[in-house]
Order: sequence, then C-alpha cells, then structure tokens
Amino acid sequence: MNALTYPHSIDSDGLSERSLLDVSGVTLQYKTRRHLVTATYRVDFQVFQAERYVLLGPSGCGKSSLLKAVGGFLQPVEGAIRLNGHTVTRPGPDRMMVFQEFDQLPPWKTVKENVMFPLLASGKARRREAEEKALDCIARVNLTKFADVHPHMLSGGMKQRVAIARAMAMEPDILLMDEPFAALDALTRRKMQEELLQLWDDLRFTVLFVTHSIEEALVVGSRILVLSPHPGQVKAEINCDGYDHGAVGGAEFQALANRIHTMLFAEDVEGSGKGPSA
Amino acid sequence: MTDLSFSPRPLPRGGFSGGRREPPLRPEYERTVTATGPIGDVARPLSPWERLSNVTALRRLLVLAAVAALWQAAAVWQNNPLMFPTFTDTMAALWDGIRRDGLLSMAWTSLSVLLKGYAVAVVLAVLLTTVAVSTRIGNDLLSTLTSMFNPLPAIALLPIAMLWFGLGEVSLIFVLVHAVLWPLALNTHAGFTSVSETLRMAGRNYGLGNLRYVVTLLIPAAFPAILTGLKVGWAFAWRTLIAAELVFGVSSGKGGLGWFIFQNRNELYIDKVFAGLVTVILIGLLVENVVFRWIEVHTVRKWGMVR
Repeated sequence: MNALTYPHSIDSDGLSERSLLDVSGVTLQYKTRRHLVTATYRVDFQVFQAERYVLLGPSGCGKSSLLKAVGGFLQPVEGAIRLNGHTVTRPGPDRMMVFQEFDQLPPWKTVKENVMFPLLASGKARRREAEEKALDCIARVNLTKFADVHPHMLSGGMKQRVAIARAMAMEPDILLMDEPFAALDALTRRKMQEELLQLWDDLRFTVLFVTHSIEEALVVGSRILVLSPHPGQVKAEINCDGYDHGAVGGAEFQALANRIHTMLFAEDVEGSGKGPSA
Repeated sequence: MTDLSFSPRPLPRGGFSGGRREPPLRPEYERTVTATGPIGDVARPLSPWERLSNVTALRRLLVLAAVAALWQAAAVWQNNPLMFPTFTDTMAALWDGIRRDGLLSMAWTSLSVLLKGYAVAVVLAVLLTTVAVSTRIGNDLLSTLTSMFNPLPAIALLPIAMLWFGLGEVSLIFVLVHAVLWPLALNTHAGFTSVSETLRMAGRNYGLGNLRYVVTLLIPAAFPAILTGLKVGWAFAWRTLIAAELVFGVSSGKGGLGWFIFQNRNELYIDKVFAGLVTVILIGLLVENVVFRWIEVHTVRKWGMVR
C-alpha cells in the first residue's frame, strides 16, 4: 500500500528558496460579456520537486484558472507566479499541460507524430531523437501498438494516455493536469490513476493536478490545496501521501475524506468563507 | 381546489395495494463464457453485391449513365437536332472536336489560365486570413472586404479589367482572383475561428510563434472548412472563366473553351456547342471526384475530421 512514499522529508525552514513553483498572492480575474469575475483571491502556495500537488475544490473555486495561470494562459492581476525563480508571463513548453478534453490532440497527426510535435516545435530535439523519445514515452503508457494510428481511432482513455506521453516526452519542469480523467468512465479513470502513479514512481516528475473529486485527490496527490469558491481562496493544505486504491474505504482514508468534505460542504452552506476548522 | 396535500395515502400501482412494491429477490448465478466455435464466425465477409454497392465511384457512374439515358430519350423524343442534339450526337461531336478542332488544347488553354488565377488567389487568401487571425484590425479588414466584394460578380469587373490590363491573360487572371479570393478567405477564416480552444491552447503550450502557429496548427485544424472554400472557389473560377471567354473571345492568339462554344454557336454547330459544355462538365467532374476527393481522402477523412 505504501509504495508511494514521499521522496524527502520537509522541514518548514527555508522552504521558499527550494520551491520549484511559487505562487504568491495571486488574484485572477476574467471578463465575461457583462461582468468582471474574480476567479481567485490572493492565493499562495508552493510546489516542490517531485510533489504530486493537487488543487481541490468545488466548481467556481478557480482551480482551473489557477492552473491556466501557471500555464501562462492567464495573467494574474495581482501577485506573481514564479517557476524556478522566473516569473511566468506566457505559455511555454517547460510547463506541459494535459487537458480534460479529448480534442487536445491534433487529429491530423498520428500518435507518434503527436508526441513528437512539441519536441520538434520547441526545438528540444531533432527528428531522430524526438522519434526515439516519443516511442519510449508511448511504450511507457502502453500504446506501442497504436503508435501509427490517428487519434480518432482511439478511445477516450487512450487519447488521454497520448496526451500524458506527449507531456512526458518534453520532460517539463512541471506537468499541469486539468481534470485529465474527468471525462472518462469510472473503470478507465481508476486504471489511469494507477498508471499515473506508476509513471510517477518510475520518473519522479512534478505534477500540479486539478480535480473536484476528493477521492481522486487523495489517491493521486501527495499534498492537497483545498480551495473555497467565489472567489477561490486557500482553505487548507493537507498531506495525503501514501494512499492508493487499496486504501480507499479504510478508516484513515475515510476520516481524511470526511475532513475535506466537511471543509468544502460547510463552505457551500454558509457561503461566508469560514467553515469549521477540522 | 388545489390537491397538493401530502396525505400518505397509498397510490394504486398496477393493482397492487398496500405500501411500496419491492422487486422480487432472484438467485445469483455465474457462468463460463462459451468459446466462439459453436456460435460461428463473429465477423462475416460481405457478399460481392454488398461490396460492389459500397464502391462510391460505381454508384456515381450509375447516376451519370442514368442522366445520359434521360438526355438521349428526351432528345430523340424532341427530334430537333438543331436545338437539342442527342447524347450520342454530342459524343460524336466531342470526338470530332478533339480530333480536328483541337478541343483538348483549347481546354488546356483555359485550364492553365484558371490554375494561375487560382494559385494567386489561394496565396492571397492565406496571407489575408493569417493577418486576420493575428490582429484585430486584420479581422475587421477581412470581414469588411469580404462583405464588400463577395457579392460583386466577377464578370462585372471584366470591363474594368479590360480597360486596365488590356485583352490579355492578365485581365482574366484578375477576374479569376476576384472570383476565388473572397469565398476562400471567408471559409478559411470561418474555419480558423471554429478551431477548439483546447487545441489552440495546446499549440500555444508548445511555444509556437505566430506564423508557425498558423501553418502547423490552425491550417490543418481548419482544413475541412478550407477544403470547402477551395471547392467553392474552384467552381466560381470555372464559371467566371468560361463566361469571360465568351465575352472576351481570343486572348493572345489562343482561344479557350468559352471561345470554342461561342464560335460554334455563331456557326450553328449546336452539337459542338454541347460538346464544349460537356467538356466543361467533364473537367468539373474530374477535378471534384479525382483531385478534391484524393485530397479529402488523404487529409480530413484520414484524420477522422469528416465522415
């Protein structure tokens, strides 16, 4: 059960210098046709090397907006996002994104070409090297047989695997996943979560993962940022390393799940931003 | 009056009274799955007839044959070779035209002008739409220009073109560009704007620059719409060219298909007029069913973007 242990213990001193991603005081706003909507308000968090950091919250808590801001698709109106000490200003291949939607793969490229595309586009690898890397990553997500197939021939789960392989091949500083398994059926989702954990166990990449499912957060994550909605504000940060699917339903797991549920649920009822501290 | 009270009276359900009806408790069971042997083949090959009817070219040939037969019947019934020659007479005239009047070289003259105009228009359309997706003012420019010029018939520009460029190929190319550019630009732009937000973000995630973003991401992603634009542009170009040649007559010593039709009408060789029209139609069919179909099969169909 505890195959996924935390790589290093953390002490609370001098952490900010070693953090990979530093989000400080970030307020995000976006305009609809009539309103200026504040998605998040002064959110702070830090992500460290090899962490599986989960942004968890109900819809409207700005977790996806936060991820997009880290991706560079959205500029904060207040605060700053730093990756390796550099402020994020625009999208770039050092932060590869895996989206929820299945149409994230260009349909005119085969699986292999899709994985090679960002490698070539960013000039990170030459054609032969890119091909080797692509085939290696495709093998890691168990799609070797489908390397020369176009995405429309694949199932939803397979498309998400390609997207993960594509992101992996780039060896980004941080992997951004925006509810990548939300559009999958429950059985496939579970399998994909296990595969992601297995991949992480092999490669020890850093991932920032957005979800609205408490169970998924606990299984996939090593640390969870709980956000409250309208606008998104930090509610808690929780360690949850070492839970896999075998732990689901266990007493400890349930207690933690209930604790998070209470936080989110209390928020929902009161709508005032002061739920009971658990 | 309102009967919305919550009195707990039992609802009559299928004649069963007395509380909630529970489904029956039935025994569980497990089975081992039968091997496919006794079931027979899971997949059966289609019969020759079914496979034959799946060949699109064959079905379309059938339609063409039916149209030809209808034409023949109508012409025989009319019995007026001067006004409405039969299908077989037209074919004979077509053969005669190819052998003696150089119909093929005339068709080539038309085609080469057409291709030049088409190519120029495609390049211009790509440039214009690239500007339109990159900047807001470019977008305004494109939508204003297309709404201004798209409804303007290309032939209406011919007198001015003749005045500006003289009685030559350049005038023809000018009207052709006008005929192709606007519908193609309109379709391409519509295609660009309908590319999904996820795909755009994925492209930007790769760090693609403006031009590479358009070439490697937007154009393939919008290709179904672009292909439609190319087809519409092709049809517009053909119409415009034949009409222009009818007005124009001979350009630079060599007549095109329009000229062939015009000349033979003047001499009342109506079967040859029909032969000229059939040539136009045949080239159209060929381009649509061979050239565009080939492009379609190897791009948007292969990619699963259209069925």
